[in-house]
Amino acid sequence: MAKVSMTVNGQNVTRDVEPRTLLVEFLRQHLDLTGTHVGCDTSQCGACVVHLDGRSVKACTMLAVQCEGAKVMTIEGLAQNGELHPMQAAFREHHGLQCGFCTPGMIMSAIDLVQHNPSPSEDEIRHWLEGNLCRCTGYHNIVKAIKAGAASMGG
Amino acid sequence: MYAFEFHRPSSVADAIAALKAASDGKLMAGGQTLIPTLKQRLAQPSDVIDLGGIKELHGIRQDGNSLVIGAMAKHGEVAGSDLVKSVIPGLHELAGLIGDPQVRNRGTIGGSLANSDPAADYPAAVLALNATIKTDRRSIAADDYFTGLFQTALADDELITAISFPRPEACGYAKFRNPASRYAIVGVMVARTGGGVRVAVTGAGPCAFRLPDFERALAGSFSADALAGLSVSPSGLNSDMHASAEYRAHLVRVMAQRAVKAVR
Amino acid sequence: MAENGIGASVRRKEDYRFITGGGQYVDDINRPGQAYAYFLRSPHAHAAIRGIDASQALAAPGVLAVLTGDDVKAAGWGGLICGWMVKSKDGSDMKAGPHPILCQGKARYVGDPVAMVVAETYLQAKDAAELVEVDYDVLPACVATDKADQPGQPQVHDGIANNAVYNWELGDKAAVDAAIAAAAHVTKLDFVNNRLVPNAMEPRAAIGDYDRASNGFTLHTTSQNPHVARLVISAFVGVAPEHKLRVIAPDVGGGFGSKIFIYNEECACLLASRMVRRPVKWTAERSESFVSDAHGRDHVTHAELAMDRDGRFTALRVHTKANMGAYLSTFASCVPTYLYATLLAGQYKTPAIYCEVDAVYTNTTPVDAYRGAGRPEATFLLETIVETAAKELGVDPAELRRRNFIEPSAFPYQTPVALVYDIGNYGAHLDKALELADYAGFAGRRAKSEARGKLRGVGFSCYIEACGIAPSAVVGSLGAGVGLWESAKIRFTHTGVCQVLTGTHTHGQGHETTFAQLIADKLGVPIDNVEVVHGDTDKTPVGMGTYGSRSLAVGGQAIVNAAEKIIAKGKKIAAHLLEAAEADIEFQNGSFTVKGTDRSKSLGEVVFEAYVPHHIPQGLVEPGMEETAFYDPANFTYPSGTYICEVEVDQDTGVVEIDRFVAVDDFGKVINPMIVEGQVHGGLAQGIGQALIEGCVYDEAGQLLSASYMDYCMPRADGLPDFQIATTETPCTHNTLGVKGCGEAGAIGSPPAVMNAITDAIGVRVSMPATPEKVWRALQNRQMPQAAE
Repeated sequence: MAKVSMTVNGQNVTRDVEPRTLLVEFLRQHLDLTGTHVGCDTSQCGACVVHLDGRSVKACTMLAVQCEGAKVMTIEGLAQNGELHPMQAAFREHHGLQCGFCTPGMIMSAIDLVQHNPSPSEDEIRHWLEGNLCRCTGYHNIVKAIKAGAASMGG
Repeated sequence: MYAFEFHRPSSVADAIAALKAASDGKLMAGGQTLIPTLKQRLAQPSDVIDLGGIKELHGIRQDGNSLVIGAMAKHGEVAGSDLVKSVIPGLHELAGLIGDPQVRNRGTIGGSLANSDPAADYPAAVLALNATIKTDRRSIAADDYFTGLFQTALADDELITAISFPRPEACGYAKFRNPASRYAIVGVMVARTGGGVRVAVTGAGPCAFRLPDFERALAGSFSADALAGLSVSPSGLNSDMHASAEYRAHLVRVMAQRAVKAVR
Repeated sequence: MAENGIGASVRRKEDYRFITGGGQYVDDINRPGQAYAYFLRSPHAHAAIRGIDASQALAAPGVLAVLTGDDVKAAGWGGLICGWMVKSKDGSDMKAGPHPILCQGKARYVGDPVAMVVAETYLQAKDAAELVEVDYDVLPACVATDKADQPGQPQVHDGIANNAVYNWELGDKAAVDAAIAAAAHVTKLDFVNNRLVPNAMEPRAAIGDYDRASNGFTLHTTSQNPHVARLVISAFVGVAPEHKLRVIAPDVGGGFGSKIFIYNEECACLLASRMVRRPVKWTAERSESFVSDAHGRDHVTHAELAMDRDGRFTALRVHTKANMGAYLSTFASCVPTYLYATLLAGQYKTPAIYCEVDAVYTNTTPVDAYRGAGRPEATFLLETIVETAAKELGVDPAELRRRNFIEPSAFPYQTPVALVYDIGNYGAHLDKALELADYAGFAGRRAKSEARGKLRGVGFSCYIEACGIAPSAVVGSLGAGVGLWESAKIRFTHTGVCQVLTGTHTHGQGHETTFAQLIADKLGVPIDNVEVVHGDTDKTPVGMGTYGSRSLAVGGQAIVNAAEKIIAKGKKIAAHLLEAAEADIEFQNGSFTVKGTDRSKSLGEVVFEAYVPHHIPQGLVEPGMEETAFYDPANFTYPSGTYICEVEVDQDTGVVEIDRFVAVDDFGKVINPMIVEGQVHGGLAQGIGQALIEGCVYDEAGQLLSASYMDYCMPRADGLPDFQIATTETPCTHNTLGVKGCGEAGAIGSPPAVMNAITDAIGVRVSMPATPEKVWRALQNRQMPQAAE
């Protein structure tokens, strides 16, 4: 067992974990933050995307022990005082989700995009989503939602 | 994933010491290949040594006429670096084509080169730009580095510290990606350097390789048309459900021509 | 129209929990004391199992039990069943081989579950599984669809000769043969409909929970139809009487058919729970999903379309081999028969159609319904052969279709393949699609592409589908083991809010919103005061679940019928309160009004009176306000549409890019246009995926090579166009909502449009998926002079 401490959604957490514990397992099983999903085992689907020190990463392709001292943000940490993050609101407004399983990863990925490209084109959005699979929406409304979300984030 | 001991050294020396002390240790850079490999139980190291805490492996800087990229520089850092963009724009572009954004936010140039996946992108750049692989004990010329499928000139306990890219006159990269994995089915970098034209291919063979015929043709006339009559033998090239050796051979020429057109 | 009622693009009620990480999928649920399961699966496509030694695994840390087929047998439990009897043309029953929960003596595909390890943690179970020693005697495997029933092939099931499940037929063979013999022109084609992996983003999962006190079970599972799961697991697997088995399907992350079926793992979790006396949870890794979720499609077909001198279709003859995989999955048998051959009339008045289907076993993952199920295969065949005929005749493909359309005046129209179409206007969506796609401008765009060295092509698909899968008497006459009606219960409470309990299940389709809109529209209740409840056999009335685009056309109509009962009862109460005759009470916008007066009572007041019946005379009505309706429609519904795809092909690489995709659908009345468009988008992506990139690749030994996202190509955002969507409307004639169903259309209609466009661009047909290498090779062959000639 190894001790690991990090900040998750603004809260300091410390747990003893097996070194082989993935970050996503840590979030889901140790912290009960089940909004971050696991959709594959080859690091492609992006259902597990979270922010690590402000950038989007696949929580299934990191060990929890690698996150010592890091700041992790998950889908559960986005809404502030009950108010949705503009990207969350945009996904709802533009029907950017159906079954909802890929959605947390999509939203976390989209926010990372907009943080360094405040007004992405449709083409840029589509390329950015290379690491996020969705089987329901055909991506059509996800792209629209991200565009709108970027605009309301101030892009 | 099988159980292992985890180490997070803060210096190269400590990392090497941990590696030597382990019965079957494995260095981990960004982990974007290693962790999926461990998850599928395709490897069972006794110890995993995370290089993420070693400051000296980070950073991108200009050193005279060369760009020196720390082994732990993430693909996303290279793709987002104004310095890289101004010194070697083709390399900047290539880094932005690796994997997907989340892989680029974790994966590192050192990890990619140490792993030497036949379909990784960086090997084409290292070879075409005649880079030097700097390790904890020596410098390895690009032409000596890639030795076979997942094989390199690195010793078992050797650690890449940085890669030094001499600034080319111009270079360009074209990639035909695997529609599923996004790795390169064929990637070609073409570079005009002080030492002549260099053309390097990734994805097509067991490891990255150069194309002397193409280099000669481009030395004569640096244009896509100069490659029109050339072909590559499919013999020895990779073949899988996505692309036969014959198709890959064809794509090498097409991508080389596109790389020439992309040269900046 | 009520605010947020029928026709409004209401934003989804269910979204808040999904966008904040609050969804509760099976893997998000943990039961106190829960143990974990890992399945050891056969690495061989075909092998006799000589013995299993689990002693080392049982001694490993944390291990609670190792289950094998013997444990299932010892429990007296049966195997999985196929719920649809298809008879061969000689009258004999289909040959259903036994389908054990855990292998008994033989493994029949790579991924067949051989043993189940239960441990304190998932990793302990997985670690211990490596210690289970299985003595396999590896046998040759039968893999190829087209060769499976030939002599000399390995036999998948003992006693089932030539791997033949059934040899089925539909239509008038003699009439078809005669028409083909007399035809002015016959177009003949061979087709492969590629095998697909459904790939719902949420992997399957289950928690089996045995309760000693009640001697009953609770099963949390990723199901599209919890009541059907309960029925099969109770009555056929024999786990427990139905009232001792509660099945809960909470939030489910997509299904596309793959979560209709009853699977080994969920049954095994129930048994394991009873053995270890703890809840047992299993969640598939994606690699397991690839080999254990039922696959889709996999047909090999020869078809012939006969025409007269004017290009009018006179007959269609089809022979299909359909791969069922190693076992008959829950509804597998009906997919290449009643959901396939019955659609071969398409939108056309072809007078004679004959289809023969040979279903075969192979040593591959079972194949069952996947989005569209049979109808995409029929549509691909028909729309490809029609387009090919147009090319052969030198007629514009839109024009040839129009010439053969069933006219709007011809409905109801009896097809030669059993179905009666109730309504449609095929010319209307063709016209609209031609306009949206700027078909008139195609030649100009093609010239521009050519100037850039690219090949441009356009392709059509005029699909029809039969959905709203229902009429119990009809499906029963065709072999279904169940009725396919649907149920709904509307339950008001004292305060005037209501629950709608539905027998359907939502796993992305937005029922929580659409069904609330029906209540808003019919009863005037604000949608925020409506809660749609689904997915729990202890809560909802018995229902048949969600598939075959049936939820609105069947389940939605049941809700409307229950609402009518609410209104009827409310009128009685209102009449009494308003001192008027019941016949004089009108209900509108949530109020009961005495005709011609301004005297009224709101629904809320009437509901309150029903629960606090201080003023209601004895015998007028029962107290309370809760009504149930079961609805069994008179017919299927028949959505139709025209899809037009335009592609550009890179001659150097063979890469196909979709430049534009127009989809015009007739879904009848639309309740929530935003949700309907979303359903179309998703279907199109799956159909385009089938056409361009998706496909299972098995090697000769039966190993699935495309077994992860590293090799199985999933559509991504950068490979799809911005879709142009529109609708036309002919309301369904046999439900009062006028609705048809929209869940599968996109996946049904799109593959032929894409493939026809590619053929138009490059001049030769390639098979699906049209990978760059295939297209490149086709171009090479086209350009190479024929050396042998």
